Parts: sequence; structure tokens; C-alpha cells
Amino acid sequence: MRLWLGLGLLGALALGAAAAPLVQGWLGHDPFTPDLFARFGESSAAHPLGTDELGRDVLLRLLFGARVSLTVGVAVALGATGLGTLIGLAAAWRGGWLDAVLMRLADGLLALPALPLLVVLAAVDTGRFGLPRGEALADIARIALILVVFGWVGVARLARAAALTQLSLDYVAAARVSGASEVRVLWRHVLPNIAGPIGVAAALAVAGAILAESTLSFLGLGIQPPAPSWGNMLSNAQELVFSAPLGAVWPGLFILAAVAGCTLLADGVRRGRGP
Amino acid sequence: MPGQPQSSMLRLILARLVQMAVTLTVVSVLVWLAMGLMPGDPLDLAMLADPGMSAADMARQRALHGLDQPLHQRYLAWASAVLHGEFGFSRLYAVPAAQVLWPALGSTLVLLGWALGLSAAVGIGAGVLGAVRRGAAPLVDGAAILAQSIPGFWLGILLIIVFAVGLGWLPAGGAAEAPGLLEAARFLVLPVATLAIVNAAAYLRHSMAAMQHEMAQPYIRTARMKGLPPRAIIWSHAFRNAAIPVVTVAALDAGALVSGALVTETIFARPGMGKLIYDSIMGNDYNLALLALLLAGLVTMLATLAADVAQRLIDPRLAG
Repeated sequence: MRLWLGLGLLGALALGAAAAPLVQGWLGHDPFTPDLFARFGESSAAHPLGTDELGRDVLLRLLFGARVSLTVGVAVALGATGLGTLIGLAAAWRGGWLDAVLMRLADGLLALPALPLLVVLAAVDTGRFGLPRGEALADIARIALILVVFGWVGVARLARAAALTQLSLDYVAAARVSGASEVRVLWRHVLPNIAGPIGVAAALAVAGAILAESTLSFLGLGIQPPAPSWGNMLSNAQELVFSAPLGAVWPGLFILAAVAGCTLLADGVRRGRGP
Repeated sequence: MPGQPQSSMLRLILARLVQMAVTLTVVSVLVWLAMGLMPGDPLDLAMLADPGMSAADMARQRALHGLDQPLHQRYLAWASAVLHGEFGFSRLYAVPAAQVLWPALGSTLVLLGWALGLSAAVGIGAGVLGAVRRGAAPLVDGAAILAQSIPGFWLGILLIIVFAVGLGWLPAGGAAEAPGLLEAARFLVLPVATLAIVNAAAYLRHSMAAMQHEMAQPYIRTARMKGLPPRAIIWSHAFRNAAIPVVTVAALDAGALVSGALVTETIFARPGMGKLIYDSIMGNDYNLALLALLLAGLVTMLATLAADVAQRLIDPRLAG
């Protein structure tokens, strides 16, 4: 039930993101060029959700924003899950000082308030490394990278705990006795057995990444306008609460749907696997 | 041995204090480096204010303030000054940094305290209700998922739209203009509500799961058959055991709470640590930003430590 509700929400959003250019074709206008004669438009046949403070179509911007927000979410989840699994497996397998160093590092990251640090990192001027500034793709990569730096911790702790359990089981000893290399033991035997909890952690990582990206973009440090993201659509909306309060509603609903979708999915998978 | 628990508690606290010092040092180095990579150094701004400044003036000023020194030497000079209690100057507010830091910390602690108390009370209350009353479970569950998924800044905007713009009952943000508790409370209601609702989700989910687990245990059946009233069974039997994982959540959640305060203060333009960090980074006030960041980290870690100590006090298995 939860699983299907979560999949449904995420599927609808992904479909909307994929179909954004199609919808643009049907409606027949450009969500990136301002049209100052059509500011704060009411919902109509041409603009199903109305227009924003620059006369751009809100629905189209939400759909194109979905591409940005979902890309960041999935990219961060992949990166954080990959890195976290690697670190967790390494800590569990090697033990000793490596385990101690990695887990203290994880503790340190968990103990700190993440958002102020994200704000600092997001304010770093990437132009100083010779990277392009202000391009949508570069922004996405920058935000995703920063979120991976903080996102691996949860996955690593889960992967380590699960791998420690597996490594102490007889089948691992049996595999070793029958001559399997350590890499093979970890890759072919341990990893498939800890994939369940890691999958749940990955779904929650998508949710966390979408929330974090939207917060950073809302604060003006994430995806830079004119590229739409759900977060930066809201940073304009706050200035306009008195003149156009409804403009603040839609982007938030989309974020809520995406994050709730991931949470429901993770819950559903976890319950399906039994407590 | 009777002295044993105390000494193990002392060891925990000492180990944590060492870990805190290491973490804060590492963070200060990393943030120092990151800030070296942000756009604009202090003199770029001075030049903006005074177009008549020549390149030679700039170089002389840089040398005067030590800005021509390598990054690591500047860091060491800064760190030794801070350890001697000299927090330097805030460029953004044009006063000594300590003068803005302490009032901001006080304001944030008030916000955090109310939000933590309210979210724990509401979250635990609803969680216990969801575990004890079968019929309430789906509703409580749905509320938990909603509260967990809602972006805090959006919730803040929605509350502003409803209670400040629509109904006009409460101010949309800012700090109290007139003295008096009632006036301060008026400005506190919406920020506290925002932070508490988002933060209650974790308490709700964990207290509900822990209570569901405890209520299914045999000792609860025994208590029922002894004829104890339900209130006693729930609170003095089941909840005492369920409280342990809930306190763990409080420890793990301290960082999220402080992060939430940063967003909440920014939305409601409430002067506090979060807004200070955001404004000082946006205004290139690196010294203040770094100090505020470290102070926020310290507060978070102290809160985590307090929760861990509390956990040891209520869970005799950990005390030994």
C-alpha cells in the first residue's frame, strides 16, 4: 500500500518531468522568457496554474524544475549510496584503525548541524577552480557533490552494521575456505545480502537530497535562476506573500509529494522485508 | 562496585569533550579554507566603498591587515586570538563580533528550547496515542509522514500566509519591537510552530514504534492481569522502556534541529545564530560567519552529549 502510493507519487513526478517539453508544445509558450503583460495570471486554459511574477507559466516551470530537483535527488542518492557502501564495507571488513577513523569521521559529520556547513560550501566560488559559473548543469553537479559529502554517513553506518553481521556468518567462512578472494567474498556474497537495507537508505537519501537542494536553492545558494528548481521558485514567492500568496503553494506541494513519495517507498520496502 | 557508574559516565563525558575539540578544530580549518575560496576578500569591499583607492593603497592595506600572508599563517593567528578570547570584529555589523554573537545565541536558544519541548511533547504524545489506540494509528502515521516530508521553509511561508497575511493575528517576522513577554511571545509563535512541527516527526515515528514494541511484550499482559489501570500500564510500564530509543532520537536529532533553526530564522527574519550565519556568509563577514558556525556546532554537540548522558541515566544497562 505504502509502496504503491510512494511509487505512484514518484512515477507521476518523473512522468511530468519527462513530458515537460511535450507539455510546453501543447501549451505553446516558453517558461523561460518573461512576459510582463501576463504577470500573476489566474489559472486559464493557456496557463493551467497561472503565471508567476514575470509572467512565466507556473506549471511548465514546475515540470522543468522537476527535472532539476529529481536529477539532484537521484544523483546524490547514487553518489552517497556508492560512497557510503564502499566506506561501510571497508570499515567492516578491515576493522582496526581504518574502522575507527572512518566511524569517528562519520560521528563528527553527524554531530554537526549540516545546513550551516552546506551554506558555507555552497557559497564557495567554483569560478576559482576554473569551473563555469551560473550554468544549470554546473550548478546541479556542484550541489550534488556537496550533498554527497554529507550524505554518505547514514548509508555507511547501515552498510557497516549489516556487513559486520554477514561477515561473521558461516557462509563467508565457507566461501573463504573454498578459495574465494576477499574481493569476491565482499562483492558476490556480502553485498547482495546487505542490498535490502542499503536500498532503503538510498530511497531516504533521495528524500534528504531533494529537501536539502530545495532549501539551498530557496536560500539563493543552490540552483541559480533563470533555471527553475522547486526551491528557487519559492525564494521569489516569499517576497510576494502579500501580493501573490498562491504562488508559494505549488512548488512546496511538489517538494512535499517527492519527499513523501521517497519516504513511503522506503517504508514500504522496509515493511515488506519484515521488521 | 558503587563508584563504577560515575567513573564510566565521567569517562564518556571526557572522551566526548576531546572528540568535540577535535571536530571543532577540523571544522574551523576546513571552513577557513572554504572561506578563502568564497568571492571577495575584505579589501575588495573596502574598494567598492571607495573608488578612489589605488592599487598601491590596496597592497599597503593588505600588508597592514596581514591579508598578504599565506592562508595557514592567517589561520594560526586567528585561532590563537580566539583561544585567548579575542573574537575580533564583525565587518557586517561594524561592532566587536562578541557583541552580536551572544544576543544571537540567546535568541536561538529560546527558539530551540520551545521548539524542542513542544515537538517532544506533541511527538511523544501522538506516538503513544497511535500505539495504544489502534484506530488512531493510520492517522498518526499519516501525520508523521507529512511532517517528515514537508520542507520547513515552505511550512513557514504557509504559516505566514495564513496567520500573518490572511488572518492578521501574528507578525510575519522580525523581532519584538516593544519590551514585554507577551510581545516577545507574539513573534515567537510562528517560528516555534514551524520548527516544532518539522521536528516532531522523528519523535512521533520513534515513540510510536517503540511503544508498539513494548505494548506487545508479555510483561504488559502481566500488568493487565494484575488489574493495573491502563494509565499506569502505559506510562509507568511501557513508556519507561520505550523512552530509551526516544532519547536516542533526541541525541541524533540535535543537528537537524539547529539546521531547522537556521532556515526558520531566515524566513521569519528573526535575529539569531541561523540568520547570523546566513547574513554573514552573504555579506562576506568571514570572521563572524566562522565564529557563529563553530558556536552552533558547539551547541549541537553539547546537546547531543546531554542527550547521551540522559540516556545513560534512564537506561541502567548502559550505566555499568
